[in-house]
Amino acid sequence: MSDKTPNQSRRAFVATAGAAAAGVMIAPGVHLIEVASARPAGEAASRTVRWGMLVDVTKCQEGCTACVSACNKENALETALPQNQAPQWIRKVDLKDKSTGRALSLPMMCQHCEKPPCVDVCPTGASFKRADGIVLVDRHICIGCRYCMMACPYKARSFVHETLENQNPEVPRGKGCVEACTMCVHRVDKGQQPACVQACGAEGHAAILFGDLNDGASEIAKRIRSVATSQVRADLQLNPGVRYQGI
Amino acid sequence: MRIRTLFGTVLLGAVALFASAAWSGEGSGIPKPDIVISNPGKCVADVDTMRRTHMDMLKHQRDLTMRQGIRGAKVSLNACIDCHASKSNGSVLGSDQNFCQTCHAYAAVKLDCFECHQAKASHPIGAAAPAEAVASKEGAR
Repeated sequence: MSDKTPNQSRRAFVATAGAAAAGVMIAPGVHLIEVASARPAGEAASRTVRWGMLVDVTKCQEGCTACVSACNKENALETALPQNQAPQWIRKVDLKDKSTGRALSLPMMCQHCEKPPCVDVCPTGASFKRADGIVLVDRHICIGCRYCMMACPYKARSFVHETLENQNPEVPRGKGCVEACTMCVHRVDKGQQPACVQACGAEGHAAILFGDLNDGASEIAKRIRSVATSQVRADLQLNPGVRYQGI
Repeated sequence: MRIRTLFGTVLLGAVALFASAAWSGEGSGIPKPDIVISNPGKCVADVDTMRRTHMDMLKHQRDLTMRQGIRGAKVSLNACIDCHASKSNGSVLGSDQNFCQTCHAYAAVKLDCFECHQAKASHPIGAAAPAEAVASKEGAR
């Protein structure tokens, strides 16, 4: 039994990989929808893809927390704990340049670094980067030491302080583990957008653009090619997958 | 001396008799688990394979799904729960009638999955009592 399963998945992988290669050759650059479809069953995340986000800070509204609420709902993060213990996968940050008075509001979450410090410091290998650039915590082997929380320059990770019962079946979470934005990996694998991106669009701001940074024909790749964008703490040379426009 | 030997033989015999009765499960007082399957159907493997290797199958698949992002595999914890959740509370846990808990309680094996994973089925299960769908009871009680 156990040696049958890998064979089947390998067969499925070979078949779908062939189909995917053919699809790329038939229609180069023809993309009507940003995320065309779900990755076929049995196929692993590809290193040719790098999922990323572009936050247009000029469109992000001060006081709007649609992305935060959508994240909390999607990942079942609601809690009665005080704010200093409540999990926080995405937060709104308001900034003001004192000399000019220019005010900004932007969402801050796991930046899905190419060279993630959280992965470097993890003593068990629980913190890892998937082939398509999404940085995740493997809760099966996370021991809750919180080194990664210390290492993250974006303060993006949280620790689960309480026993949980109302998890989303697709987003397992539990006490004693560190967690962070997963870029809604369960939705992305189905061909959907992350919950925050969808909520921002539904709110009419469309300040967050999600897509494949490696695909030159994707909307996000075109935008970062044509407008000035920046990475937060670019001096650390972590090459985050989340970029900001207008800061 | 002879009396002491005789006494020892009788004692040994009594102990052996008691032990064999306990070993065979006859009159041992621990009932076999009453396995109730609320949504009987075709499992991913036969009963014996599932009983012996479900933990290995799940552990193997969890690493593939978590680390490599392989979705839609034959083995999936959520798929287990969707079929095996009880009709009474929609969960695989809750009482010794619920699918996962019943065997794990009998075998005294700690059930860690649901420290993080949702034990309730993602879709509502009929509220009817699970009396009609008793499968593979295998000489329970």
